[in-house]
Amino acid sequence: MLDGSPTVLVIDTQPARAAIIEEGLRAAGYDRVEIITEITGIAQQIEQSAPDVIVMDLGNPNRDMLENMLSITRAVKRPVAMFVDQSDRQSMEQAIEAGVSAYVVDGLRKERVRTIMEMAISRFNAFSRLERELETAKSALSERTTIDKAKRLVMTSRGIDEDTAYALLRSTAMNQNRRIAEVAEGLLMSAALLGPADEDGGSSK
Amino acid sequence: MTTQIRAGFLPLIDAAILIVAREQGFAETENIALTLVRETSWANVRDRLAVGHFDAAHMLAPMPLAANMGLTAIGQKLVVPMALGLGGNAVTVSNALHASLGAPDMQDPATSGAQLSAFIAKRPGQRLRFAVVHPFSAHNFELRYWLSASGIAPDEDVEIVVLPPALVPDALAAGSIDGYCVGEPWNTLAVRAGTGRILTTKNAIWASSPEKVLALPETMVRDAPDTIASMVRALTASARWCADAANADALAKLLAKESYLNRPEPDMAAALSGPAGYEPFARAATFPWQSHALWLYSQMVRWQMVEHSAANAQMAMATYRPDLYRVALADIEIAVPAANAKVEGALGAPAHVGAKTGGKDSALLMGPDGFFDGCSFDPDRLDDYLSSY
Repeated sequence: MLDGSPTVLVIDTQPARAAIIEEGLRAAGYDRVEIITEITGIAQQIEQSAPDVIVMDLGNPNRDMLENMLSITRAVKRPVAMFVDQSDRQSMEQAIEAGVSAYVVDGLRKERVRTIMEMAISRFNAFSRLERELETAKSALSERTTIDKAKRLVMTSRGIDEDTAYALLRSTAMNQNRRIAEVAEGLLMSAALLGPADEDGGSSK
Repeated sequence: MTTQIRAGFLPLIDAAILIVAREQGFAETENIALTLVRETSWANVRDRLAVGHFDAAHMLAPMPLAANMGLTAIGQKLVVPMALGLGGNAVTVSNALHASLGAPDMQDPATSGAQLSAFIAKRPGQRLRFAVVHPFSAHNFELRYWLSASGIAPDEDVEIVVLPPALVPDALAAGSIDGYCVGEPWNTLAVRAGTGRILTTKNAIWASSPEKVLALPETMVRDAPDTIASMVRALTASARWCADAANADALAKLLAKESYLNRPEPDMAAALSGPAGYEPFARAATFPWQSHALWLYSQMVRWQMVEHSAANAQMAMATYRPDLYRVALADIEIAVPAANAKVEGALGAPAHVGAKTGGKDSALLMGPDGFFDGCSFDPDRLDDYLSSY
């Protein structure tokens, strides 16, 4: 950490959530952020990015594997424990409540870790809230409507016509081996989180 | 007055004692409203216990020792007032590996270990990969014990990786690991799916060996000793129910439920009666033997997870609290061993040992408790044992 910003590695199997955390960290001035959404070959990826902080989703069943890896390899210079500060019980609880954990190299300034964690916690919470809202919305709206909404969003943001927008959604779905409705859902969710009307105001800080 | 207890567990058959305590009313009888929360990793169980989301947890036996010695995150001190059974693990390998070892006998780890050693010697430069679910697990230690005693160096001749239990059968089927040592039902499931064979079992490596424990925050000893006693009584009654053959079908049905293991009932029944030999109650299966704690500690030292010191050994031993177990069961018609520790490996065959039942002298059928290589572990001679490695 002699040279400025620490490298933050976000391990999250939900690409949309990983993206909003990355966005938040960048907005807060952390420009060395890397994301891993695939567990395969993770050891090598961690070694390459040599992170100072690893932010990880608690829902990930691979947490035991990752902890073990962090303790036996030199992939991270010296990974210590987790969460902000062991004495700071409240933020630890908030982190676990939000579903996020962090592994931090020794020597990283506490204030730094705290801002990173606060960001991750607030974004995790915002994501869960949106997920819940979306869940509710889903029962009311058909997949068709979701796709239509996403289509309109793409039309506006990219300035393209309806057919091209739909083709874009379809090709994205095919490339990612997902259903169009899933892609549309992810798009709407990340738009809500990343858009100017971000209710947490995280990106404007 | 009813006490609310939230306990975290992982979907394994030895969560049975907690599940049955809730479902069959044993917790309620002790005025405990027991809520069970299924978790996805041991790290989550540990962390949520540490921050007070959980009041109690189903935990791998070495984890509370590691936590108390400061080896894992969050310095929360834990106590173990009781164990959650004996046995219940096995070493499962791919069909291909099993076939290339000839016809290994599940009950004879010395021979299967020698067969494995010979197979490894024939393939220099190629390392077999085994999985365990956590570094601080009995699985890791018994697998390493068996390999080492068979002339196989666990960190050089093979590779041992950590994987979540639910993923090990898939990893085996996909060929990304050659075998694993994991708790049930994951051995039985691979066998039933035709993707693996049980090579040997925990009980064959070390008879009547410890597996999961009940972990509680140490603060409860001071703040809520009566709750600890109630929990131990409820879980002991539950353990007795689990061990009763008349309840086998009902137990399989409970474990199969969506909120617990969420697997087909026949698979649960097969795992419960399978060769891994999970014992919830008999042979003092829930007694927190301090010699178990010290043996687990000896393996942590052996594999360089912790530096040996008198203070660490004391910390490991004191994590297990047979005193809390005794207090809880003092007036109950259940035989409690008279000693807090025993020489592991002293009983080659089952034998009666001194016990107390409801405060009166009695006897308890114990053992066998031998290691497959004929070695024994005397907790009073820890230093000698450690210097043998």
